[in-house]
Amino acid sequence: MTMQPLYQALKAGFPIGELTEQRPDLAFITVPREQLRGLLLHLRDQEGFTHLVLLTAVDWIEEDRFQLTYLLHDRKGARDIGLRVMLPRQAVIEGAPMESIHDLWPTAATYQRELREMFGIDFPDSPGVNEDFILEGWREIPPYRRDFDTLKYSNETFAPRPGRESQDPAQYMKAQLYPDGA
Amino acid sequence: MAYQADRSQYPSRRPDGSLDIDLSSGKYLKLWQGPQHPGITGNMSVELTVCGDEVVEGKTHVGYLHRGFEKLMERRTFIQCFPIVCRICVPEPDFNEYCYAAAVEELAGLEVPERADWIRTLILEMGRINSYLMYLGGQAGALGQGVIGQWTTYVRDLMLDRFEELSGARIYHMFIMPGGVRDGLPDGFDQRMEETLREIESTLADVKDVMFNNAVFKKRTVGLGYIDPAIVDQYGVTGPTARAAGVAKDVRRDQPYLVYPQLDFEPVVGQDSDVFTRADVRRRDLLMSVDLIRQILARIPRSGAVMAPLPNVLHWKIPFGETYIRGECSRGEYGYYLVTDGSGYPRRVNVRGPSYTHAMALLERLIVNCNISDVAALMVSLHTYPPEIER
Repeated sequence: MTMQPLYQALKAGFPIGELTEQRPDLAFITVPREQLRGLLLHLRDQEGFTHLVLLTAVDWIEEDRFQLTYLLHDRKGARDIGLRVMLPRQAVIEGAPMESIHDLWPTAATYQRELREMFGIDFPDSPGVNEDFILEGWREIPPYRRDFDTLKYSNETFAPRPGRESQDPAQYMKAQLYPDGA
Repeated sequence: MAYQADRSQYPSRRPDGSLDIDLSSGKYLKLWQGPQHPGITGNMSVELTVCGDEVVEGKTHVGYLHRGFEKLMERRTFIQCFPIVCRICVPEPDFNEYCYAAAVEELAGLEVPERADWIRTLILEMGRINSYLMYLGGQAGALGQGVIGQWTTYVRDLMLDRFEELSGARIYHMFIMPGGVRDGLPDGFDQRMEETLREIESTLADVKDVMFNNAVFKKRTVGLGYIDPAIVDQYGVTGPTARAAGVAKDVRRDQPYLVYPQLDFEPVVGQDSDVFTRADVRRRDLLMSVDLIRQILARIPRSGAVMAPLPNVLHWKIPFGETYIRGECSRGEYGYYLVTDGSGYPRRVNVRGPSYTHAMALLERLIVNCNISDVAALMVSLHTYPPEIER
């Protein structure tokens, strides 16, 4: 089994990027943002990808991009397809909105609520998107962004507790595994 | 007796579709079930708006257990992530270990020895039994049958003994690691496992008599929490909850992994899609796991490597890539989405637990028009674990 026939069929109707075949039953395609909704509808209604497995983001801070991954599953065909949408990072930080897909899958509202909180990607039409999801009263930058430093935040926010030593995990493991310094 | 009146227009809706609930009218009351409440699954809470004893709106609140695992992993090397992933789900931690290990192996191009695959399957089925036993106790307890929980906790403890002799740990086993598993089976393990399985079967026969044939349990659960098969995909419903609705979703059969293609089984499916059917599907699924463990022990290779040769784990860099690994845990589809960027650290890890969809969107839909006294039973029937929602 391969995802090539599906990719060729999609390519005939949508201007999409290259196909990355990770496994015979799993592939990723980068799609233009304006094509996302049409593609999702096509995949859901015509190709049998009825299950939204997850919606998440990856922060490519060096390239000034956020990647949104929409992973869809086709149970009858036992295959998955991941749609990657690249967003300009700086524009998103400044509040550029992203289209919501909660009307296609009601569960998407939860994912979008989490993405707004953890990455600061706003989906203004998504129900309850501005309600706190996990971090009540959070005032820092969204914590799953790469420029949020957990260690620095922890050191500044919490007082050191006596009796606890903190070590760099890599150095500690090295000392344990190679005590003679080899 | 269920409340029969038509409540579909009550309370009325505003033009934007939201419910017109005026708390000052005295007709409605806000009630918090959880985060500390015997009828709640773990540390989450449901904000109920009730009219009399009927729920008109429910909102799930999480955030009591967030430890930021996905972020923590971004600053740990691949091998350092391995001992923390199991902590994402307490009652069935092994799925985190398997999904994480399989994702790392796929992106790093590691070939896992066949014997390790058999041992992994064994561990996952043992974990499934543990999780179901805990569920059965909780489901019965939510309806006042405390004794079932005592019985299932006893046999679960026997299974924890098997885990302890296998891995040295009872809860967080840290046994499935990238490359394979830590060790083979100890001497005499099969015999002791067989005794444990017999004890579980005997207890489950009692559970069937006392719980599933109990008039109160039947009256309160038959017809409660109906999930329409048509919304199964819309709401991301997976696992026994979907199978109880007649949708035969089971990753072990649909996209077989490990040694499942070599095992003989058929997914357990129900029809009525209510709390009773979900409990019954899980009970039968548990018995199927008992059978699968027997099949595995009869065919598992007794010698050979259990670990693939790993590169120097302190300088282990994985090439650029992304993948998604899924498996069928006791609650449904469990998956890991892993992105690597060529460095020694994961770029992004996203954990997809079944509770994420079940406890949020689905529960909020099912809970409407439910009686307050049935909320606990309904929640437990979705078998949700908050840690995998918050990670």
